[in-house]
Amino acid sequence: MQVPAPFEYERATSVEHAIALRERLGEEARFIAGGHSLLPMMKLRLANPEYLIDINDLSELFHISEESGEIRIGAMTRHRDLLDSELLAEHFPIFRDAERVIADPVVRNRGTLGGSLCQADPSEDLSAVCTAVDASCVIRSTSGERVVSMSDFHVGPYETAVGDAEMLTEIRIPLKAHAGSAYEKVERRAGDWAVVSAGAAVWMDGDVIADGRVGLAAVGPNTTSIGPVSDALRGVAPSEDLYRRVGEIAAANCSPQTDQRGTAAYKSHLALELTRRSLRRAVARAQGQEA
Amino acid sequence: MTTTEPSPEAVEEERPIGFGRLLRKEDPRLIRGMGKFVDDIQLPGMLHLAILRSPMAHARIVSIDTSAAQALPKVVAVITGADLAEKGLAWMPTLSNDVQAVLATDKVRFQHQEVAFVVAEDRYSARDALELIDVEYERLDPVIDVRTALDADVPVIRDDLEGKTDNHIFDWETGDEAATDAVFDSADVVVSEEIIYPRVHPAPMETCGCIADFERVAGKLTLWCTSQAPHAHRTVYALVTGLPEHKIRLIAPDIGGGFGNKVPIYPGYVCAIVASLVIGKPVKWMEDRTENLVSTGFARDYVMKADIAATKEGKILAVRTDVLADHGAFNGVAAPVKYPAGFFGVFTGSYDLEAAYAKMTAVYTNKAPGGVAYACSFRITEAVYLVERIVDCLAYELGMDPAELRLKNLLKPEQFPYSTKTGWVYDSGNYEPALRKAMEMAGYDELRREQAEKRERGELMGIGVSFFTEAVGAGPRKDMDILGLGMADGCELRIHPTGKAVIRLSVKSQGQGHETTFAQIVAEEIGIPPEDIEVLEGDTDNTPFGLGTYGSRSTPVSGAAAALVTRKVRDKAQIIASGMLEVSVADLEWNKGSFSVKGDPSKSVTIQDIAMRAHGAGDLPEGIEGGLEAQICYNPENLTYPFGAYICVVDVDPGTAVVKVRRFIAVDDCGTQINPMIIEGQVHGGLTDGVGMATMQMIAFDEDGNCLSGSLMDYLIPTALEVPDWETGYTVTPSPHHPIGAKGIGESATVGSPPAVVNAIVDALKPYGVRHADMPLTPSRVWEAMQGNHTPPI
Repeated sequence: MQVPAPFEYERATSVEHAIALRERLGEEARFIAGGHSLLPMMKLRLANPEYLIDINDLSELFHISEESGEIRIGAMTRHRDLLDSELLAEHFPIFRDAERVIADPVVRNRGTLGGSLCQADPSEDLSAVCTAVDASCVIRSTSGERVVSMSDFHVGPYETAVGDAEMLTEIRIPLKAHAGSAYEKVERRAGDWAVVSAGAAVWMDGDVIADGRVGLAAVGPNTTSIGPVSDALRGVAPSEDLYRRVGEIAAANCSPQTDQRGTAAYKSHLALELTRRSLRRAVARAQGQEA
Repeated sequence: MTTTEPSPEAVEEERPIGFGRLLRKEDPRLIRGMGKFVDDIQLPGMLHLAILRSPMAHARIVSIDTSAAQALPKVVAVITGADLAEKGLAWMPTLSNDVQAVLATDKVRFQHQEVAFVVAEDRYSARDALELIDVEYERLDPVIDVRTALDADVPVIRDDLEGKTDNHIFDWETGDEAATDAVFDSADVVVSEEIIYPRVHPAPMETCGCIADFERVAGKLTLWCTSQAPHAHRTVYALVTGLPEHKIRLIAPDIGGGFGNKVPIYPGYVCAIVASLVIGKPVKWMEDRTENLVSTGFARDYVMKADIAATKEGKILAVRTDVLADHGAFNGVAAPVKYPAGFFGVFTGSYDLEAAYAKMTAVYTNKAPGGVAYACSFRITEAVYLVERIVDCLAYELGMDPAELRLKNLLKPEQFPYSTKTGWVYDSGNYEPALRKAMEMAGYDELRREQAEKRERGELMGIGVSFFTEAVGAGPRKDMDILGLGMADGCELRIHPTGKAVIRLSVKSQGQGHETTFAQIVAEEIGIPPEDIEVLEGDTDNTPFGLGTYGSRSTPVSGAAAALVTRKVRDKAQIIASGMLEVSVADLEWNKGSFSVKGDPSKSVTIQDIAMRAHGAGDLPEGIEGGLEAQICYNPENLTYPFGAYICVVDVDPGTAVVKVRRFIAVDDCGTQINPMIIEGQVHGGLTDGVGMATMQMIAFDEDGNCLSGSLMDYLIPTALEVPDWETGYTVTPSPHHPIGAKGIGESATVGSPPAVVNAIVDALKPYGVRHADMPLTPSRVWEAMQGNHTPPI
């Protein structure tokens, strides 16, 4: 049995309480949400926080709602609830695509959206999803709230814009007409981290793509969106040729490393192939054809 | 010898008194979480042991400072290799007559090697103290690539061995080299391929561990231990520690999977024993998941150059191989002493060859020691993979269907018992019906048609065939021993006065269902219902001596012992019955549970009546002692040779190279079936293992010798989502020398399935001109093969 180093533990009773604790305890303190990244790291003693602030009682962080032309998702929303949400499935089926291939039911019952994003693992699926759908992140501190884009949120591998005395509280996704989204992942085994995955979202204007975004996981230090991909998609009618061309742009704009999951060459190939597949499906969905 | 289909009556009978489908007696306990595993055991005053492991693969130990660790509250002791050396316990024998460091004294030879241990009042404190031990290492170049281990300029790993100047362990050969070369020289077709079976790990759900409890007053050590071989281990501990053997009691409680991982003696066990001897309190050591994966017995790790010779019509003439075997830092292979390469000699497979030859060189590398098993029947996994892969390469070159090529070359039933060109005597076999049955279940011809159509459309579908012959049930004591202990098994049966029974075995289930299977063997022989028969095993003070459970040997060896000891009891029962019925022994007939007078069935006594009489007050026939019990020690005259035909169907996504195992048809023949349900479970597990090895598993290292597979995130275990609904079928060809005709089944599927899966994937890639690709065939490795730049997994 792997056992963690000693730590102190407190269960926060409100977001303000949690942030105040974090402000007082500093960088040796960590929030614990679902615990499916932090606890294994603590057991392996790769993470040795002195204090754990448990935020599982903070009911204001559990929600999926439509408000002010946005989908708003509380940071403590569990994978399981993202998977089950009809609201999300209606507007952004990419979430259901992704949640079906994230870990296993046991992990999905505990793991959270905010925990996933804050872990900022370059292979993490929901970061790619949020990047694709152009989500923004609400970060709160004692002095108030700020809202950052996904590209500002991700600073580097395992590093985010959330400061020591701050908390990610909500994800907001703008609702725009004629949207379609999809997620494609290659894994060595069900529940494994992605070898590569690609999320795509498009917003149609008649027969052309008004806007489109692709988020890739496991092909570089983080999952920020690829500007040239969106440039290539905007104002263009969808076609197989376009998907391939955009796939090539995606492949050219990532920097995968060879590891046990695959060679860099294979991952670049997957960046192309999965970008192509996710775009094809996203467009079909935007056009009302389930693919 | 005849081959039959499994008896349908046996399948339908709900609670057979004897052989047949029967729910496992152990399952109510295990599935309710009421099993008792080593880590469930808590003893008063018990201390906890944790091991400090080397971060480097090869380094000299300059100094170790334990003072800070010793000063930590709740820490009882901190022990280094130097401390053990003072007691002469720094080194221990391996199962292959090598030695292995219990704790490193001079240098570390693989990453995660044991360097020191802490004993503390709780697990957390023990683990905390490890971080306070300060070890200074002087890095040495590691030897990681097995292909360079014998180069002139590489470091000598085992400089502890006197006079050792290289990393060579042994050379081994089998077969007739000259005769084989001659056949190759004149053959129409010769096909060669380098075939690698990468290092994999048994990865049982329960990791290894023990509790050592030395009672000073009694001078007795009780060791609760995750052991597949309790009696053999007790003897080794007696030799290592100097404790008299009768003062060691080893108890293997419920075990959560072994697969060979719990055959070797690990340093952690010895550390716990030493700690308890010194401290005089019970000491528990349980590995964590990482420790299990990175330091305990791995399996395979063979680089095999294979050649096959055939006529242009497809008659296979000879197989030849040259193997480079990576044994890690200490030679810890578990195999009978005369078989350093295990039973790899059966690489001639299921075919009628004119000649065969294998040579092998085994070397040390800076990797974890072992080479134990993993459900491989002593290296038969490698042997079968070699021959079944090279036969497929031959089919590729000849443009022949791989099933047809096999049918043309399989041994014929009239050739049994068959002596192979490497000296193995296959006891019984009827191969063609098994392969035909698998092909029929698969709809083989239809699958080939579907494949042809799909290829036209650019879709990738593959059909893989494998046929294997296993050699299990080690073994005849004239040939086989482990550290001088012959591989015969004792067995004791006692019938209680009321006709209930207890059978005591030397083997030890790790999940195989012994409590059910062995009760059924006794039930079949003496007619007592299985639920009335207690099966005891795993406690050396309460069971007879024998070599344990691995290599699919429980049914072939202890199963035979159980049948024979029951017959011995039944013979005595017959004499007592003759007294009860007042007729001669010859006038009685046996009706599975009772003796009756021939020609007068109304005059009969049940085995329960006889048991009461045996223990009762009345007179017994002249010369018969009271009681109804017996014991024997069974020495098998040969191994048993189960076989099977497997067909795998895969689909490969041409865009992502992701493999989907769509179907898997397995026809097994393990001779007489005791419990078809348990057999099916064994087959399902083994097939799942095979899919794992073929498509996702490998213990990998980087060039510095860092193990890259130290968690189940990195070392993948297949789940229900990676495997199809298994389609199983059986034929029954009894073993002629086993008392009930049974053969082993535990490892058949693990042995037979990897080549079927790989053959299927390679078959799917035929349009890309792929003839061979090495495991693990992850999407990336499949894609590389499609690009024509497949690299070996080293």
